[in-house]
Amino acid sequence: MPVKTLTINGQLVSAREGETILEAARDAGIRIPTLCYLPGLSAHGGCRLCLVEISGSSRLQPACVTKVVEGMEVQTHTERLNAYRRMIVELLFAEGNHVCGVCVANGNCELQDLAAEVGMDHDRFEYLHPNRGLDASHDRFGIDHNRCVLCTRCVRVCDEVEGAHTWDVAGRGANSRVITDLNQPWGESATCTSCGKCFLACPTGAIFRQGSTVAETVRDRSKLEFLVRAREERQWHV
Amino acid sequence: MARLKLATLWLGGCSGCHMSFLDMDDWLIELAGQVDLVYSPLADVKEYPENVDVALVEGAIANDDNLHLIRVVRQRTRTLVSFGDCAVTGNVTALRNPLGLAREVLDRSYLDPGNYRPQLPCEPGIVPVLLDRVQPVHAVVPVDFYLPGCPPPAARIRKVLEALIAGRTPMLDQSDLKFG
Repeated sequence: MPVKTLTINGQLVSAREGETILEAARDAGIRIPTLCYLPGLSAHGGCRLCLVEISGSSRLQPACVTKVVEGMEVQTHTERLNAYRRMIVELLFAEGNHVCGVCVANGNCELQDLAAEVGMDHDRFEYLHPNRGLDASHDRFGIDHNRCVLCTRCVRVCDEVEGAHTWDVAGRGANSRVITDLNQPWGESATCTSCGKCFLACPTGAIFRQGSTVAETVRDRSKLEFLVRAREERQWHV
Repeated sequence: MARLKLATLWLGGCSGCHMSFLDMDDWLIELAGQVDLVYSPLADVKEYPENVDVALVEGAIANDDNLHLIRVVRQRTRTLVSFGDCAVTGNVTALRNPLGLAREVLDRSYLDPGNYRPQLPCEPGIVPVLLDRVQPVHAVVPVDFYLPGCPPPAARIRKVLEALIAGRTPMLDQSDLKFG
């Protein structure tokens, strides 16, 4: 397989042809913050946290969907990128209702971790405090739309790994939200198999287990990784 | 060197941040040797004094008392610290904001669930009037330093106080920036 060589933050990195900048960076042990990206699912490029600078291009590119090119020079943590990342996370906090202290996912949340990673000590934007509602009609799971960041991991994992495509996105702009089936209560969904992959994939406390309370969320992502490896690489044993 | 004048305030919050303050245990004795506690829910002082060096402000701005006090505090304080998630983000205190403005929140709390002569509390001059929206402290007055956490662990509070007493700008690294 042809090999491409590039530099990331001045470090010489070799990658397989067709790999993305994000994959090449992770293989080289260089962390680029992500939120909508989840290994095993198609890349979405929606959260913009993995934006990187590429020499010769004035536009920032999302590392999760940009393929490596021979001789490419990538910067992942410039002052401009750090400032934008912090703004993105602040906007996510201001747009929804993210109350870490009373959230099921407190201590086990990628949004909470990202806030710390980008150095967010407070939010400079005005909180919108929307009233987005909650669906607890399913026996085993619930969704609190106030905590949803619209990463669409649930939509992709349900479609691409489980094959049910119960989840989708309805609405436009700030009114967008994830729905089950044709915007029916989750508990009445005819397609949902109750497999729980959407819960495993959710980065925040938006999709939760019924009966769990503050800071009780435990997600075993290795179950998703096992399924993806089994399917893509035919490896059934860990 | 003059002893540092320290104040702590309890606005729209649960006092959990002050509980965590007390969790600094025996270091409190050392602290008492280095600062004068000039205003606090833990001290019997009626008026917020002039020329305060450092104020830790717990809680969000939820009623007209909070609003009045924080403006006085800002005027009379050199370094104002947003102390805990309610002060920094609105947090639990701001959970009422999605329900609507003050009147809708009061109706929801006092009239909707009431079954025997439900009424709204109204004692002008005694019961503070709710603001329509709960806001974090920095939305109302400039804040010098943010100390997140619900509550901030005692070690984190100590780290910030030690820096301020030594005249340094406190620095919180990634593990100490956590909300929740």
